[in-house]
Amino acid sequence: MGKEKATNRVLSIFFTILSLAWIYPMFMILVNSFKTESSINTTSVFELLGASNFNGLANYVNALTRQGFAAAFMNSLIITVTSVALILVCCSMCAWYVVRVNNRFCKAVYFLFVFSMVVPFQMLMFTLSGLADRMGLNTPLNICFIYLGFGAGLAVFMFAGFVKTIPTEIEEAAMIDGCSPLQVFFHVVLPIMKPTYISVGILETMWVWNDYLLPYLVLDSTKYKTIPILIQYFRGGFGHVELGPMMACIMMVIVPIVVVYLVCQRYIISGVVSGAVKG
Amino acid sequence: MGKVLKKWWPLFVLPTVLSFTFGFIIPFFQGAYLSFCKFKTINKATFVGFSNYAAAFQDPEFAHAFWLTAAFAFLSTVLINVIALAIALALTRKGLKGTNAFRTVFFMPNLIGGIVLGYIWQILINAVLSSVGAQLLSLNTTAGFWGMIVLTLWQQVGYMMIIYIAGLQSIPSDYLEAAKVDGANAWQTLWKVKIPNLMSTITICLFLSLTNGFKLFDQNLALTGGDPDHMSEMLALNIYNTFYSRVGAKWMGIGQAKAVIFCILVVCISLVQLKITRSKEVQQ
Repeated sequence: MGKEKATNRVLSIFFTILSLAWIYPMFMILVNSFKTESSINTTSVFELLGASNFNGLANYVNALTRQGFAAAFMNSLIITVTSVALILVCCSMCAWYVVRVNNRFCKAVYFLFVFSMVVPFQMLMFTLSGLADRMGLNTPLNICFIYLGFGAGLAVFMFAGFVKTIPTEIEEAAMIDGCSPLQVFFHVVLPIMKPTYISVGILETMWVWNDYLLPYLVLDSTKYKTIPILIQYFRGGFGHVELGPMMACIMMVIVPIVVVYLVCQRYIISGVVSGAVKG
Repeated sequence: MGKVLKKWWPLFVLPTVLSFTFGFIIPFFQGAYLSFCKFKTINKATFVGFSNYAAAFQDPEFAHAFWLTAAFAFLSTVLINVIALAIALALTRKGLKGTNAFRTVFFMPNLIGGIVLGYIWQILINAVLSSVGAQLLSLNTTAGFWGMIVLTLWQQVGYMMIIYIAGLQSIPSDYLEAAKVDGANAWQTLWKVKIPNLMSTITICLFLSLTNGFKLFDQNLALTGGDPDHMSEMLALNIYNTFYSRVGAKWMGIGQAKAVIFCILVVCISLVQLKITRSKEVQQ
């Protein structure tokens, strides 16, 4: 038993060092986001803060006021919340219908949903952006219609997988008691599916919030930017890269994610596991 | 049940199917058709047969991107899974302190988007390169490739580790106890008990990391942008650049043809996965 304990101690030390190394890239950005512009270059990145290079919150103020961070954050928030809400409501209803009715049309639709999960975005990026442009889907609210269609594959697949495990007797009993299908869905099926809603919600949120290419191609990018587009613009659009404000932006993107993650860790991890095992 | 429900389709399926039609089905088939056309916009397309495909296969940058992507996908898949499984095995040991904190830390990078990850690592890798006196990422092909590997490891090891931990925890403890009673050492337990029971998890993780490797785009764009001179450009980025960075109408069609080839490649990998997963289910 003594040997076990010694191994555990060595492993503990090893993983502590590895964890610190794992966090280091984020720590490095944090430190540099407080430096003055002139003291950030490729050789001084590793230096810690001192009196000579400390810039206070100036980079954050700059990012919020001059670089359009606040607007981009709001756009990302609107797109993510609306899209995920739409996906959860519409796709769970669709999945229940597809499983319960299960005629030839439903089978075909289900097959197409599953197929769409596999197809890489490059296959339709050009035609989709053209179509979205002509249909006026290039604003933060309208783009959610596309996200519903694009997120439907994974969402319907996961919801349908769960619906198949629900015994139909409960729903039939509710039906005999005089419930309409709509009431059956919202009063009986929806509460049973709560864990799946959480899993799907987390997976779709992670995807929409971080998505770069779809909003970049579809949105009218002179008017609307999301956070990933803004970060990408720092290199492309400004000529000289202002590293200080850029790192401040990166920090303001990471911090909310880390906070949400630490609070809902249990749900996020179980959501990811169930998504992977079914996908 | 089904009969009553059937006439409720406008409410239950129409919104999803409608947006799926406009968001996926129409662009997909239009894209497949346009790969046989010469076009500048979708409406002005002339049919040219297979010439886009011929041009795509003759494009040396596309061939380079293909081999680079294949090498990257293979290498990253092996490294991610070996490291993730090793960490998962260590973190499921009895009596190890702080396992929850370690899990939390390792999984965290997975939540950060590809573009942001790319820039974080661009800053870090350039700093390391300049401190050892090597050329920066924009001129350094080798560093670009290994940089993407390191970045991908940082992002995905935690994710796969979580899946492996779930798999390890679902192995019945009787099996492990029986192995212990029979006098198996840790190494034998790993190869004779744990890994055979993990096979379905391993299949899932292998294919997840393989398809992720092939589809990699954001990280590639943000970390190296294909520099120097398309040498670190992978398939997805190559297709994107063929569409949007090249001058001349013919490149649109070629880009779309490349996209179809890429799509077929990814679908084939997924079909192989499906077949392997299915055959496993039969055996159990």
